Amino acid sequence: MSATAHDHGHHHKETFISKYIFSLDHKMISKQYLITGLIMGFIGIAMSLLFRMQIAWPGESFPVFEALLGKWAPDGVMDADIYLALVTMHGTIMVFFVLTAGLSGTFSNLLIPLQIGARDMASGLLNMISYWLFFLSSVVMVISLFVEAGPAAAGWTIYPPLSALPMAQGGSGAGMTLWLVSMAIFIASSLLGSLNYIVTVLNLRTKGMSMTRLPLTIWAFFITAIIGVVSFPVLLSAALLLIMDRSFGTSFFLSDIFIQGEVLHYQGGSPVLFEHLFWFLGHPEVYIVILPAMGIVSEVMATNARKPIFGYRAMIASILAIAFLSTIVWGHHMFVSGMNPFLGSVFTFTTLLIAIPSAVKAFNWITTLWKGNLQFNVGMLFSIGMVSTFITGGLTGIILGDSALDINVHDTYFVVAHFHLVMGISAIYGLFAGVYHWFPKMFGKMMNKNLGYVHFWLTAIAAYGVFFPMHFVGMAGLPRRYYQNTAFPMFDDLTDIQVVMTSFALLAGLAQLVFVYNFIHSIFYGKKATQNPWDATTLEWTTPVEHIHGNWPGEIPEVHRWAYDYSKTNENGEYVIAGQDYVPQTVPLQPNEEELNH
Amino acid sequence: MTALLTIIVLVLVAIAIWQMTKIFELSQPNTDNSQIASDKDNKLNGYLMFGFLAFIYVLTIYSLWKWGGVVLGTPASEHGKDYDNLMLISLVLIFIVQFITQALLHYFAYKYRGEKGKKALFFADNDKLEFIWTIIPVIVLAALILYGLYTWTTVMDVSEDDDPIVIELYAQQFNWKARYAGQDNVLGDANVRLIDMDKANILGLDESDPNGQDDIISTTEIHIPVGRKVLFKMRSQDVLHSAYMPHFRAQMNCVPGMITQFAFTPTVTTEEMRQDPGIVEKYKNINKLRAENAQEVLDRGQEVNVEFDYILLCNKICGKSHYNMQMKIVVETEEEYKEWLSQQKTFGESLQ
Repeated sequence: MSATAHDHGHHHKETFISKYIFSLDHKMISKQYLITGLIMGFIGIAMSLLFRMQIAWPGESFPVFEALLGKWAPDGVMDADIYLALVTMHGTIMVFFVLTAGLSGTFSNLLIPLQIGARDMASGLLNMISYWLFFLSSVVMVISLFVEAGPAAAGWTIYPPLSALPMAQGGSGAGMTLWLVSMAIFIASSLLGSLNYIVTVLNLRTKGMSMTRLPLTIWAFFITAIIGVVSFPVLLSAALLLIMDRSFGTSFFLSDIFIQGEVLHYQGGSPVLFEHLFWFLGHPEVYIVILPAMGIVSEVMATNARKPIFGYRAMIASILAIAFLSTIVWGHHMFVSGMNPFLGSVFTFTTLLIAIPSAVKAFNWITTLWKGNLQFNVGMLFSIGMVSTFITGGLTGIILGDSALDINVHDTYFVVAHFHLVMGISAIYGLFAGVYHWFPKMFGKMMNKNLGYVHFWLTAIAAYGVFFPMHFVGMAGLPRRYYQNTAFPMFDDLTDIQVVMTSFALLAGLAQLVFVYNFIHSIFYGKKATQNPWDATTLEWTTPVEHIHGNWPGEIPEVHRWAYDYSKTNENGEYVIAGQDYVPQTVPLQPNEEELNH
Repeated sequence: MTALLTIIVLVLVAIAIWQMTKIFELSQPNTDNSQIASDKDNKLNGYLMFGFLAFIYVLTIYSLWKWGGVVLGTPASEHGKDYDNLMLISLVLIFIVQFITQALLHYFAYKYRGEKGKKALFFADNDKLEFIWTIIPVIVLAALILYGLYTWTTVMDVSEDDDPIVIELYAQQFNWKARYAGQDNVLGDANVRLIDMDKANILGLDESDPNGQDDIISTTEIHIPVGRKVLFKMRSQDVLHSAYMPHFRAQMNCVPGMITQFAFTPTVTTEEMRQDPGIVEKYKNINKLRAENAQEVLDRGQEVNVEFDYILLCNKICGKSHYNMQMKIVVETEEEYKEWLSQQKTFGESLQ
């Protein structure tokens, strides 16, 4: 960060702009992704608090509504249109901008070159363009919040015809146009990033870094990038066809529509086609979100358990299995869409199969803790928390993935509870685990651990407090995206659960302020980090604390072993390196030592 | 006043957070400023992990006890029993796995909390263990998949073998309409292009189709007889809607430009359901809550005292009033149903 970084030569003199703004350096780009992602996350979470307040206290007047929503909350009472817009934008921002770009963008950029032993990404220029396209798409998405008729409000899945017809909903006018433009730019950004990650992992590994010696983080980022390249273009085509229907009068997704007293010209299209295209990305997308979190958790957990990750090869195999299956299960979002019931049977089968590699991962993480010497650094707490929420949320997947059972809980709060635990909270925990663990590498400073502990425990309690009771609301039959449930007497007895959930949500929101304070304060006033604060084996901790171009001042180190030689002993029962419970990847095998990478 | 209270609560929570940080700080030797977990941190967080396990269990039990009663209760359709059975099996399985895995995870976190000088076990792999926890999910899921697919075929049986009553559910922003197939039990052709408001042809029926002349359109309620299969054919005139009838464990999207189908046999009349112990209990509670907020309920233009009714909801986001798109369903005896139906006007009559 400071001027001493320039002492190491082999690069040109940098200006402020080339160093901090249009930087080609993967470490700086990773920080740019993180900070943009966190700002978007702040907006997304704030939105959820607003609409949670409306759900718990329907029709109540709050000054904060009037202050933040303006004309959409006359006298401080939230309007139904803006409620749907908030729900839509919360979903869009959290799924794409925070958990895809913010999570994957940050850690793929930071860790791929550092952990495989490369001087930078394969193409620094593409990498920079990828970030700036992401930034541009974020700006467009934020601008869309301020259009006259309101932002997109058709749900984050933007099913036509609702999203296609401005007369069906105010948010389907300029707001939806900006939404589509923003997503098109976002997808371009994501593709450039993903291609770069794939090429870098395949071509730039240092000497000795075979695929079976890669840390699981890299495996996760690598496979995530492949899923992204396979599925994001399909969303792009869906978005383009929707733009055609909206603006050029085509009928890809629309047919036989009578609205506000007139028949529209559309003929022969089908909204079900859009659903197929959307979920062809949409389902892999949840794995694009969760796989990097899984990789981070595996890495952080092994380091802090002072043990090798249990079943390294099984972990890789399960990532591959999940990635493959993720592309053939999208239909489980469409059991009640009117598609052929036989297709429903096929998708039930493939969907429930995903439980197998997921179970293997969960059991392997639990076994990694067994007989460990667990160091409860904050990253470790979030990793254990992630396994807990992943199990709780994942288990209800066997209800929702089962077409017969999905019928009655489809689109209810049961679904909301399920996916928030299994991919929302879990992925956010993965993000936090990564931030706490690699903060010393990114900023050269340590985060305050006590604030971190408070942040974790408050978040952990609040997350369960919000999403566990939510299952009951779903089983009572309450549909999601209802502005208020007062229109149905049968839901009157849900009010106290809603209040409990909203209170926990507000607590969770407050807990994130502790993080924000800790994050900003530590960047400027944190304790200076040492080179390898967590005693980890991987290559990123062999680079100097001060960032330099090219990562290593001299030669790139050579790798001689896998990334998980923690607490490894020789035949005498002593540590391989005396007095040190870990063996860095750069240390050659000792005489009589066997390489044990399973 | 609300604003003031909110500010006070926020300040109190901020103080609480500050105090909590203090507790973590006090638990550490004051010389340590490395920001790396010390033995004391490990001990404290290890105990907290164990406490968190207790929290999960208590939350589960408390929720079941406090909110177990809000769920839907007795299924009102034939396939509903199979549905609830499969649901129960899945839930029991989930609770067992949840109970065991969370216990292992948090107990290990507590038990193996770090200490200086302690040696972790280098345990990288065990084929036998991994085989076990691959094969057990395989077997359990195979059973679940088979039972699920069997139930699915029952649920999705839309054949017309048992001479079902054919009813069209017609969705529009933001209400429902029902069309009965009439004497011939065949719905007349319809398309939104044929909608003619002047002649009250609100569903776009083809006036020249003889099958449509005896069709009956209801804009207020759906009546169906108990014990006879009903085949619903769904249409939408504008955007996606979803016909959701939770008490019958039934749901199907309504898609513009396409007819979708769902069938079920109602088994419990509205009157019988009102006597169901679970429903009696639930509505006692609901009416108590409504009486407490009587003014608010009246302001919404609703009755304070309510009785159980089957309901059709919209369960696919469809715009501003999505939250209030509903229609009452009445399940009654065959005679009551015929009586009700005979009082309705046919499409042919309404055209004249």
